[in-house]
Amino acid sequence: MESINAKYVSQKISKTRWRPISHSFLQQPDIFATGSWDNEHNKISFWSIGSHGSSAMEDEFEGEPQLSCEQKHDGDVLDLQKISIAQQWARAHRYPCDNAPCTGVVCSSPEIVTVGEDGRIIVFRADQEGVVRVIENADSSTIHAVTYLRTTEILTVNSIGQLKLWDFRQQSNSPSQILSLSGDRVPLHCVDRHPNQQHIVATGGQDGMLCVWDVRQGNTPFSLMEAHSAEMWEVHFHPTNPDHLFTCSEDGSLLHWETSSHSEMPSFLQGGRNSSMMSRSAMAPAGGNQSLINAWLSGDSSKGRLETSHMLPSQTLSVNSLDVLEQCLVCGTDGEAIFVNRQVPV
Amino acid sequence: MEEVDVEPVVTKIPAVSDGKHMGFAWGPGDILVYETLHKASGASGSGCSFIHEVRKDEDIYSPILRKLFNESHHIFVGLQTIREDLPSKSRKPQFVSISKNYRSVIRACMEELQQVAVSAKDGEAATQYGNQVSILLAIELIWNLCEVLFIDAAPAGSLLLHLLDWVRLHKADVDEKARDVLQSDSPAEHRDYWDVVMSYVLQGRLDEARQMLMKQATLQPAARNMYKVMDTLLSKMPFFNPSGTQTLTEFDVKWRHWHEEVDRCLQDNSFASNKHLEIICKLLLGDEDTLLEHKELLGTWYHFLVTRLLFCHPTVKPAELHYYAQSCMTMFLDSRSVPEPLDSILLAAFEFDIHQVIKDCSIALNNWWFVAHLTDLLDHCKLLQSHNLHFGSNLREFLLLEYAAGLFTHHSLWQLAVDYFDHCPEFGRVYLELQIERVPLDTERKALKVLRICEQRQMSEQVRSICKIMAMRALRNNRLGSALSWSIRAKDAAFATLISERFLQDYCTRGTFSDLDLIDNLGPAMLLSDRLTFLGKYREFHKLYEEKRFTEAAKLLLSLMTAKIAPRSFWMTLLTDALPLLEQKEVIFSADQTYELMYCLGELTSSLNSEAPDTDRPMQEEDIEVTKVELLRLALARNLAMAIVKEGTVGT
Repeated sequence: MESINAKYVSQKISKTRWRPISHSFLQQPDIFATGSWDNEHNKISFWSIGSHGSSAMEDEFEGEPQLSCEQKHDGDVLDLQKISIAQQWARAHRYPCDNAPCTGVVCSSPEIVTVGEDGRIIVFRADQEGVVRVIENADSSTIHAVTYLRTTEILTVNSIGQLKLWDFRQQSNSPSQILSLSGDRVPLHCVDRHPNQQHIVATGGQDGMLCVWDVRQGNTPFSLMEAHSAEMWEVHFHPTNPDHLFTCSEDGSLLHWETSSHSEMPSFLQGGRNSSMMSRSAMAPAGGNQSLINAWLSGDSSKGRLETSHMLPSQTLSVNSLDVLEQCLVCGTDGEAIFVNRQVPV
Repeated sequence: MEEVDVEPVVTKIPAVSDGKHMGFAWGPGDILVYETLHKASGASGSGCSFIHEVRKDEDIYSPILRKLFNESHHIFVGLQTIREDLPSKSRKPQFVSISKNYRSVIRACMEELQQVAVSAKDGEAATQYGNQVSILLAIELIWNLCEVLFIDAAPAGSLLLHLLDWVRLHKADVDEKARDVLQSDSPAEHRDYWDVVMSYVLQGRLDEARQMLMKQATLQPAARNMYKVMDTLLSKMPFFNPSGTQTLTEFDVKWRHWHEEVDRCLQDNSFASNKHLEIICKLLLGDEDTLLEHKELLGTWYHFLVTRLLFCHPTVKPAELHYYAQSCMTMFLDSRSVPEPLDSILLAAFEFDIHQVIKDCSIALNNWWFVAHLTDLLDHCKLLQSHNLHFGSNLREFLLLEYAAGLFTHHSLWQLAVDYFDHCPEFGRVYLELQIERVPLDTERKALKVLRICEQRQMSEQVRSICKIMAMRALRNNRLGSALSWSIRAKDAAFATLISERFLQDYCTRGTFSDLDLIDNLGPAMLLSDRLTFLGKYREFHKLYEEKRFTEAAKLLLSLMTAKIAPRSFWMTLLTDALPLLEQKEVIFSADQTYELMYCLGELTSSLNSEAPDTDRPMQEEDIEVTKVELLRLALARNLAMAIVKEGTVGT
């Protein structure tokens, strides 16, 4: 806990993202961006931490984020992604009489996909000025988040509790698959895909439930876990160590989920360090086909071991966003504070 | 109506020309003012077309001071959760540490403002920052004194030590000067040297004074004895040790011994040859005239007070403070007639008149932040008597409400204000209910946050009203799915009915359903309103039809009418939908079902006929209606015939 740095920044933070680092240098991430919301003039700010050798950095402030540069932004910053070229596509999301907020953006260079409250999905290319493709009326309700499943497929979540799969190779404007929870249609706010296993997806909902889905089979989630007491704003798998999952929520807490399951399989059947572990659950298929089953899909969380720990020292206002890279975690809150933890146990 | 304590400040509106009238309207934290001409009778003229906004509190818009608000909010919430049932002995250190937290937040802000003020290029901005810095300095000074006197409530003996710390903390220029002196080539000959030594003595920092004096002593070997005497005197001054075994009386005795020794040294002229040392000796005796000669070194009357107490009455009791305070202030400020607001606030603090302190601070400052937080802390220490104000709530709650209401006018800090309202037991909820509805909702995310706040506090009316606003907006933009999800959240059956009507209208005009993904997946939300249930079931009928499960489709269709789920206006459409089923080669509707269909048709036509003939209805429409009814009658009759035959036939 002592490794957490808090800094008050006079703006409510809606999104934070680490700048991606090149893995070959084995660096620790040192620059992150934040976007503000609910200000008269919102801005995107870049912060750097860690000893750079840059001047005016005293030892006592090591680890405390320092502002590098800022950029004005119209409207609340609702999502941030790192791209090398920036362009502005004005009025991409709109209603008949108003501008509609764009709620999510995701990119897989050079394509950029955005979704908004107007239920549209728009595809841009970083080097083209116009819109590449629009899926009008993709959803009758607000689309809250989007993520890439494969290079040509995306997943969106909306405010009637549905997970929709879209395939860009098809020309039709309807989703190729719809998954939803049976029972109450609780809006889903965030979605993230497992870094290695592309069929495993985690979503967070308005009631704070964490759901893990298997996109290949069935249209109901594999496991539901009560995570928070209020809306879950972001869910992230750790990019290199996917046994770890992080969620943050309106109730002011940031949880770190760690799954590990006791394996009785002989070690030569276990995968390498980064792949999934065998689970002892009843889902192990019969016959000689020993497919690796991910620990997240063990269904019954008492079979595998799932540990949860709070990452923030005390209750704060809503934690709106988090990002994790290597061993560094950054999160932003409505209390106008940024917390940076550089020693996350992963 | 009570008398006004101070004359109100006059604010000039520069754009309104002389002689014109001004109209105004109150806002939550500001006033809107416009130029006008008010006549007793006849039309009133209008002046220029500008509206001016007059704002009292500029501080909440300062980015650096925002950190103060946020951090103190965090401390405030932590304070409220301290358990009441712990004995007061263990709670006092907690309160003291919370007070220190508040003060460190103020200091951090002050330092940042100082840096910005120094580096500001614009002269006006620099003065503004400078003003803010001095206000924060004053606030921290007052808070520190309140902590020493009220929260820590040090008894005699340690009281003086705390006051010494207080003064030392707020007279930082001594250290700067000392640094300059020590870094020079020959410290003992620096022009500020003796000033530094005297300042150390005045602040009771005798060890440092001795170290400085040693530098002088090495330069003047001839006067070594004198310096040695002074050194001994300085080293032997007793300081009360609160955690030691010595009682106050013993300390007092010891101190008097020392005092007499110093006096003896002065009387037998040990320091007669060195005027500086003689002055120091007189200072050690607490000689008023000598002290007053060094006004610039002291700087303020409260420094003078503490020094005098240090060297005359170190065992001062809290209750005796105000005598000394009053007399010191008078002696020090003889040139000025009216004391500044800060001086009267400090004097009120020395007199242990908490209410006067709070009142004076409220008047002097333009922001409720300081008085609200300080009063809250003092209230937790049970130091405020329940002082009923004319408007019902107690002082703490009144100040917190004022502060929070001011916060709510800020476009971003309103979220902090919610917690403050929560901890005002009497009126907080009412204030929150009124204010939360007026937060502008630009994006869904903000609306969700506001809703969460309302739901956590069971403010169901506000929940309904916010959901209705969002749903109406969605409806206006043709986002029917969003509108439906908002009305589900509010459990608003009437709105759900409205949305279903829209869907059905869309269907009637276009012949197909829009937003199939919504209707197909309604789930239990379908039960929210009858119309919604009908919509879901109707869509199910279409699905069954497409899957060619005709018998089930027929049963469903019939039940929609007989169970009265379908609205009467839609029956014609339903019956028309039944036509293709009736016209199938296979008999789908049984005889009983056909009877029921005919009954429904009969009911429908009779109600249509009983309506007053509308001459405006075009003949074409009437013809179509009549034709439809005829077709239906024919189809029903044919189906009935086939059904009777089929049911009467023995199965082959």
